[in-house]
Amino acid sequence: MALISIDHVSRIFGDSNRKTGIVALDDVSIDVGRGEFICLLGPSGCGKSTLLNLIAGFDEPSQGTVRVGGQVIRRPGADRGVVFQQPTLMPWLPVWENVAFYLKMQGIGKAIRREKAQRFIEMVGLQGFENHFPSELSGGMNQRVGIARALLMNPEVILMDEPFGALDEQTKMDMHGELIRIWRESQSTIVFVTHGIDESLALGTHVAVMSARPGRIRELIPIDLDRPRDPTSTAFNDYKRHILSLLRPEPVKDWA
Amino acid sequence: MMSFPSLLVAIYKRIERGIVPILLIAGWETFSRSGILPPALLPAPSQVVVAWADWVFGTDGNTQSYSGRWIFDSAASAFRVFSGFLLAMLLGVTIGMAIGWSRTVEALIEPVLQILRPVPPVSWIPLAIIWFGIADKPAIFLVFMGSFFPVLLSAIHGVKGCDRDLLRAGAMTGGTTVKLLCHIVFPAALPSIFSGLRIAIGSAWMLTVTAEMVAVKSGVGYVLWDSYYFLRYDIVIASMISIGLLGFLSDFVIKRIAAHVLRWQRGSTLQTKGG
Repeated sequence: MALISIDHVSRIFGDSNRKTGIVALDDVSIDVGRGEFICLLGPSGCGKSTLLNLIAGFDEPSQGTVRVGGQVIRRPGADRGVVFQQPTLMPWLPVWENVAFYLKMQGIGKAIRREKAQRFIEMVGLQGFENHFPSELSGGMNQRVGIARALLMNPEVILMDEPFGALDEQTKMDMHGELIRIWRESQSTIVFVTHGIDESLALGTHVAVMSARPGRIRELIPIDLDRPRDPTSTAFNDYKRHILSLLRPEPVKDWA
Repeated sequence: MMSFPSLLVAIYKRIERGIVPILLIAGWETFSRSGILPPALLPAPSQVVVAWADWVFGTDGNTQSYSGRWIFDSAASAFRVFSGFLLAMLLGVTIGMAIGWSRTVEALIEPVLQILRPVPPVSWIPLAIIWFGIADKPAIFLVFMGSFFPVLLSAIHGVKGCDRDLLRAGAMTGGTTVKLLCHIVFPAALPSIFSGLRIAIGSAWMLTVTAEMVAVKSGVGYVLWDSYYFLRYDIVIASMISIGLLGFLSDFVIKRIAAHVLRWQRGSTLQTKGG
């Protein structure tokens, strides 16, 4: 059985000024199995972040249901760790406190929090920065703290919303390598939102290509490429060509 | 070996901040001694220092009943400032956070507060006296009225400015509303709250002194007003400077506490070390 199952989900945002609704997601269905790494790929406005927010429980579908592990999602929960577009760390807490924030919310004592945080700080390669504040670290390092925070909760699913969008190309590539290593080590399931074709092909076991207005899933493509993936290989570029053809604007008649 | 001009520059840098104050005091001393005004109307700084020294240390008894009483007068004023300020801080932060967090609380309470806010705190003096009599209480009440609103507004502002994504991150870690308020909203509002506290401590001193002039029989403000009746303008000036110093000192303490509590801001703001 699929770990995440999205069943005929629509999300319509009301626009009270114009008395109309904007269809962000239109009848989307998709299943994600345990241990998969699925990339939601599409242009801005295709509803990929909306879909992620529905899984996270920050938002509720207008129609249809979102289930994780069989449970219908109604609110955020620690079974779904989210890594945000911005690192979204508590700026007043040092790195280790941010990583262990989940334990703080559970009312667990300082000594245990400090001890448990260490493993995840090491997993994301931030040893030596435990007592730094987020303002003292680079964007990439802060994003690693955000990843460590999500991992520490030992969630069923890790949801990532363009987490590397603000990073330069070099750092992004390093982070991809790290993320794949972490994903394998922690044996977690990842839903990763991106608008980068190369990024989705470098990471995903599956790529869900989405189209905008209304947001729909055009195609769910299983990616059968060896890791580490070579973005210059023929197979990689065949996938890329196929995705590009899917992303090209649809004929005008579909817009009506 | 330092060259002569650069030595001069070094000396200048040392004394730069003191030049204008020293010139002002010297000018004031000269003017008072020149006899253009009757000496009683504008006592020379030297005379103020003599009066102040007696008020503080009881040196020669020239301030008569105030001789050696400075510390008690200051303590009396400081106690009122502290009590009223503490009350304003506790209520201001609590109510401000409730208003900033909950739309219902905002709709219920805010209109009343917004109508009370423009009422100048000093205009509460008559009611403060008939309600609380002549003692510490009316002064504490006035201090509260003066420092409550700056704290309240800064707390509301701080809570409303809290990054929604931080709350999402908190909800993601399974935090309850109370925990989110304690561990995310409150710390996020602290920079704003501290700037409100600094405004509040200023008006707290202003209102203590005002209250002591009319409704209390002790404290630095009372000494100031009483000396005015006895034509002791040297003590009046010494009181004014004392109030200035005490106000500066309390602001300094808040600033230091803020610098410690908000040390995570270093590097993310323009504030320099020790700011």
